[in-house]
Amino acid sequence: MASQEILREEPSRGSLINDPKIRGLFFQTLVIILLFGSIWWIVHNVIDNLTRLHIASGFQFLRGRAGFDISDTPIAYTSDSTYGRALVVGLLNTIIVAAAGVVTATIIGFIVGIGRLSQNWLIRKICMVYVEIFRNIPPLLVIFFWYSGVLAVLPPPRESIHLPFGSFLNQRGFYITRAVWGEGSWLIAVAFVVALAMAWFVARRARQRQMATGQQFPVFWTSVALIVGLPVLAFLLAGMPLTFDFPKQSTFNLTGGFQLKPEFLSLYMALSCYTAAFIAEIVRAGIRGVSKGQTEAAGALGLRSGPILRLVVVPQAMRIVIPPLTSQYLNLTKNSSLAIAIGYPDLTATAGTVLNQTGQAVEGVLIMMIAYLVLSLVTSAVMNVVNARMALVER
Amino acid sequence: MKHIAIGIFGAAALGLMASAASAATLDTVKQKGFIQCGVSTGLAGFSAPNDKGEWQGLDADFCRAVAAAVFGDGSKVKFTPLSAKERFTALQSGEVDLLSRNTTWTINRDTALGLNFVGTTYYDGQGFMINAKKLPGVNSALQLSGAAVCVQSGTTTELNLADYFKKNKMEYNPVVFEKLEEVNAAYDAGRCDVYTTDQSGLYGIRLTLAAPADHVVLPEIISKEPLGPAVRQGDDQWYHIVKWTYFALLNAEEAGITQANVDELKTSTDPNVQRILGTEPDSKFGTDLGVTNDWVVNIVKAVGNYGEMFERNVGSGSPLKIARGINALWTKGGLQYAPPIR
Repeated sequence: MASQEILREEPSRGSLINDPKIRGLFFQTLVIILLFGSIWWIVHNVIDNLTRLHIASGFQFLRGRAGFDISDTPIAYTSDSTYGRALVVGLLNTIIVAAAGVVTATIIGFIVGIGRLSQNWLIRKICMVYVEIFRNIPPLLVIFFWYSGVLAVLPPPRESIHLPFGSFLNQRGFYITRAVWGEGSWLIAVAFVVALAMAWFVARRARQRQMATGQQFPVFWTSVALIVGLPVLAFLLAGMPLTFDFPKQSTFNLTGGFQLKPEFLSLYMALSCYTAAFIAEIVRAGIRGVSKGQTEAAGALGLRSGPILRLVVVPQAMRIVIPPLTSQYLNLTKNSSLAIAIGYPDLTATAGTVLNQTGQAVEGVLIMMIAYLVLSLVTSAVMNVVNARMALVER
Repeated sequence: MKHIAIGIFGAAALGLMASAASAATLDTVKQKGFIQCGVSTGLAGFSAPNDKGEWQGLDADFCRAVAAAVFGDGSKVKFTPLSAKERFTALQSGEVDLLSRNTTWTINRDTALGLNFVGTTYYDGQGFMINAKKLPGVNSALQLSGAAVCVQSGTTTELNLADYFKKNKMEYNPVVFEKLEEVNAAYDAGRCDVYTTDQSGLYGIRLTLAAPADHVVLPEIISKEPLGPAVRQGDDQWYHIVKWTYFALLNAEEAGITQANVDELKTSTDPNVQRILGTEPDSKFGTDLGVTNDWVVNIVKAVGNYGEMFERNVGSGSPLKIARGINALWTKGGLQYAPPIR
C-alpha cells in the first residue's frame, strides 16, 4: 500500500492535468454526463413534440378494445380483446414459428452438415448443392418461394389433394385430423412422463453398470418399450378416450380438423431451410475441427464409424458448434419478422396493426424492440447454459 | 419491415426535428418549391401511376389542386406512395405536407392521431367482392359465414369487417396483408374467397384482376367511409388553404366554372363568379387565405372543378364508370356541399 501511494502522489505533484487517474476519472464522468444528457434530451424532446403535435402518448392504449381479428390465435382472442392481448398473440406466434424453425433447422442442419463429410460422392454433392443454394438466397425470397411458388399453386379447397389419415392439402393450407381427448386422458400424459423418468433412470443405471462391470444393456430398446408401451397401456386402461375430428368440405373451406395455414407453413419451411444451410456449415466446421487423431485412435480401439461419430467426434465437435449455433438461432428469430410480407400475424405484423389503429408509433416500436431484445437474451441465456454443460471439463 | 423503418424514422424525426416541424407549412412548402403529397401505393381512380409514371386519380388531382392554389402551377407536387400503415406516421413526422390517400375520416384519427381532416372528397362505403364463377349461388354478404376474407391491415375496413361478422353471428377467416398489391395477388390466386374494402376500391381492383368479368361486388354496404385529405394539427393557415381548395372545387362546379370556360368567365359580371374567381374589385379572399387572389382560377385551370375531376378519374370518363350517386352536389341530390366564398 505504501509504495502505491508514493507512486500515485509523485506525478500528481507535477501537474493535475497529467495525472492519468484524474484524467481517466474526468473523461469517464464526461462520457456518462454526455450519455445521460443525450438520452434525457431525446426523451424530453419526443414528449415535447408529441404534446405539441397533439398526439396522444402513453401506454393506456394497450387496455383499449382491439376491434380487429387475427388469423392464428394460440390463446383465446376475439375482436373484443384488448390491444395488449393482440400483442401477446403476436408474440406467441413469433415464439411458435421461431421454436418450430429452430428445431427443424437444427435437425436438417446436422443431417446436411454430416452429409457433406460423407464418404458417398452423391450424398456429399447433394448436401453441398443444398447449402450453396439456400445460403446464397435472401431469406425473403425463400419465403416468397414457398408461399407463391409451392403453396399458392396447390389446388383450391374443392379439389383438395387427399392424403392418408384423413388429411388434405390445398392452397388454404394443410388440414390434418385433430385428436379429441376424452375423459381420463390425463392418465396417458402421466404414463408418458413416468415412462420418460423410468427411461432416464434405466439409462443411468446401465451406464453405471457398464462403467463398473463392462456389461452392456439394451438401453435404447428398453426406453422405446417404456415410452411407447406405458402410454398405450394407460390408454387401454382409461377405456380408449379418444375421438377424431376429421376435416370436412363446407361451402367455402374445409372445416374441422386442425389447419396449418400456408402463411405459417411457408414461413416455417423457409426459415428452417434457410437457417439449416448455415447450421450445416457450422456443423461441418465443428467436425473438421476435431483432430483426425481422435478418429484414428477410436478406430484403433475397435469402434465402428457410427459409434466413433456418436461417442468421440460429435461430443467434441459440439464445443465448437454451440457458440455460432446460438447466433443462428437469434438470426432465425429475428428473420421471422419477415412474416409481414406474407401476412403471418407475428409480433411485427400485429404490433404494426396496433400501431396504425392507435397511432402510437413511438410506443409501438418501443414495445417491439423490447420484445425482440428479451426473446434474444433468453435464447442466448439458454444456449449459454447448454454451452457451459458441453464445455470441456478439465481434470 | 418498411413500416418499422418509418416508425423509427418518425420517432427520430419527432425527437430531433423540433424546429423544422414547428415552422408554418406554407412557408416551408414555398421555400422548397413543391408540395410533398402522400398518396396510396396504387389504387385505380384515386391515386395510381399511369404507363408514363404520372400519378393519376381523384386523390392525386387534389394534391395538384392545392399546388395550383399555392404556386399557381398544378405540377409542383411530389408524390410519396404510402401503405395504410405508414400514412399517419409520415404525415405526423412531416415527411409529407398533405395526406390525400383514400383515408377514412374518424374521430380517433381527427383527435388522438394529431391530424385534421379537411372534408370528404369521396363518400364511400365498405363492400365485398367474390369470384362468382368459383362461388355460384352467393349473392349476399350474409351467406359468407366460414369464408376466408382478404383485407388490408391497419385500415378501418379491417375493423368494420370484424364488427359486421360479429353482429351477424357469422364466422370468418381473416387473411391480412400490409400492402394492397399483396391483397390483390392473394385474392386473385384464390387464397381467400372474399375481398373487402371500400366499394370504389373494389371496382378499381376488379379491373386489375386476371378475369374481371368473373368477379361480382355484393350489394351490401356495411359501413360509411368518408374519404378525405388530412393535414397535421396545429397549423391553421395550412389547414385553411387545403380545406378551401376542396370547397373551391365544389363552388366552381356549383357556379358552372369549368376548365374550358374559366378564362372566359374572368370577365363575368355575376357577383358570385367574380367573388370565386377573385375578379371583384379589391377582392382579398385569396390574400387573406395566404395565396394569390386568382387561386380558384389556378385550381380550375389545373384540374377542373370537382365534377370534372370526378368524371375524369372515377366516373364516365374512366374505366371505373362509377355514378356520381351521393357524391353529386347538394343541388343535384348528393352530399357534396361547400360553404360559400364570400
